[in-house]
Amino acid sequence: MSNPTNLKYTASHEWIRTEADGTLTIGVTDHAQEALGDVVFLELPDAGRKLAAEEACAVIESVKAASDIYAPVAGEVIESNQAAADAPESVNADAFGTWLFKIKPDNVGDVAKLMDAAAYEASL
Amino acid sequence: MTTPQRTPLFASHVAAHGKMVDFAGWEMPINYGSQIEEHHAVRKDAGMFDVSHMCALDLVGPGALPFLRHLLANDCSKLVLPGKALYSCMLNQDAGVIDDLIVYYFTPEHYRIVVNAGTAEKDIAWMRQQLNGFDAHITVRRDLAMIAVQGPNARERFWSAFPVARARTVMLENFQAAEWRTDDGMWLIARTGYTGEDGFEISLPADYAATAWKALLDVGVKPCGLGARDTLRLEAGMNLYGQDMDESISPYEAGLKWTVDLKDAARDFVGKSALVGRRSTPAVRFAGLLLLDKGVLRAHQKVITALGDGETTSGSFSPTLQQSIALARIPAGVENGSVVDVEIRDKKLKAKVVKPSFARNGASLI
Repeated sequence: MSNPTNLKYTASHEWIRTEADGTLTIGVTDHAQEALGDVVFLELPDAGRKLAAEEACAVIESVKAASDIYAPVAGEVIESNQAAADAPESVNADAFGTWLFKIKPDNVGDVAKLMDAAAYEASL
Repeated sequence: MTTPQRTPLFASHVAAHGKMVDFAGWEMPINYGSQIEEHHAVRKDAGMFDVSHMCALDLVGPGALPFLRHLLANDCSKLVLPGKALYSCMLNQDAGVIDDLIVYYFTPEHYRIVVNAGTAEKDIAWMRQQLNGFDAHITVRRDLAMIAVQGPNARERFWSAFPVARARTVMLENFQAAEWRTDDGMWLIARTGYTGEDGFEISLPADYAATAWKALLDVGVKPCGLGARDTLRLEAGMNLYGQDMDESISPYEAGLKWTVDLKDAARDFVGKSALVGRRSTPAVRFAGLLLLDKGVLRAHQKVITALGDGETTSGSFSPTLQQSIALARIPAGVENGSVVDVEIRDKKLKAKVVKPSFARNGASLI
């Protein structure tokens, strides 16, 4: 599956979408779900939690192993996706359509420093 | 690092989009898409595994039986029906488990032994050293491939792919095997497995393996990878050598007391004196854990009980139970039914101690 060009990416395989109100919606890439295998559990951050950039803030567990999910930029968690936590297999079914949490970035400019789709693909 | 070895079915796995990983020095499929779908196929229908990385040995000679009675903690003299199989631990002098293996009986002078892939070289060296003084010899059978066909419909599917084999194998009981002579050489068809389901483990000439695999595929047997094999054996409560037990662990600490045969007091096997002596009443025992909170148990997590700490040795998500399960070693006095804490990352989660047998024959045992 190709990586949508309207998203930003991290080397740790998160995707980031900037919403109209400046908040960020975050999930994991299709490459990540493919490498993880069947996802069976998500531990997502609580709203209000302050995150540093690259802080491990969520856990995704597949039948194989547990992996951390990192905050792409510094900010505050405003919401986690309970529907995804209740149906973790949706990450396998549609990684780019399954958001995990949303943050309000401390500095909107930080997002521009993340990889675009072409850079992410080149990094794989 | 050395290049991983490939089984005779390597090309079949690649053709079926197997995701290949290094396992004990072998390039093996971890899954062919979804580990969970493969797991369910075995519990509900029929799946097949390439287990050619495991190593078959032939033991031949007039001293074969006396040798096995010296080498193994289980007693091969109970094998009297041709084709009958026996599961046993092979111990060191200190009663630690060198490997767990299956012995098939053909005649008192001919046995087949199947050992784990990762321990094969060590096992063979140990066996050859122990052979000193016995009139028997060991032949490594790397000319064979092995396919495990497992699931409630596994035998029927196998017979529909190989109708001529039915007459030779329809009467096989659990842990019994029959040889089947074909134009391509001798097959050994055993009613054994590592999934908690019915089925066969078939060893056959390596050159014919891909053809047999295709024939099973054509009758609807689903290729399954090592990932599903691991969750299936975990649900069935079976030890994985190197993970749930190793040379520091005795069979009594691994839930395998039933495989140690002490009935013949005159029989002296390697490790017996340590086992009946200082290791006869271990401080720890093998147990199952059922996670009551949300999360996934993994190997090497701390288990906190009222009687002291233990450790998980294997853990995963159980596709049959839809919750997480683990095998663990815990203080011997902790009873089934008690609730313990397991440390997962920075949290303590509740788990129930249960008999280490979670699901078999298509159904939950919890």
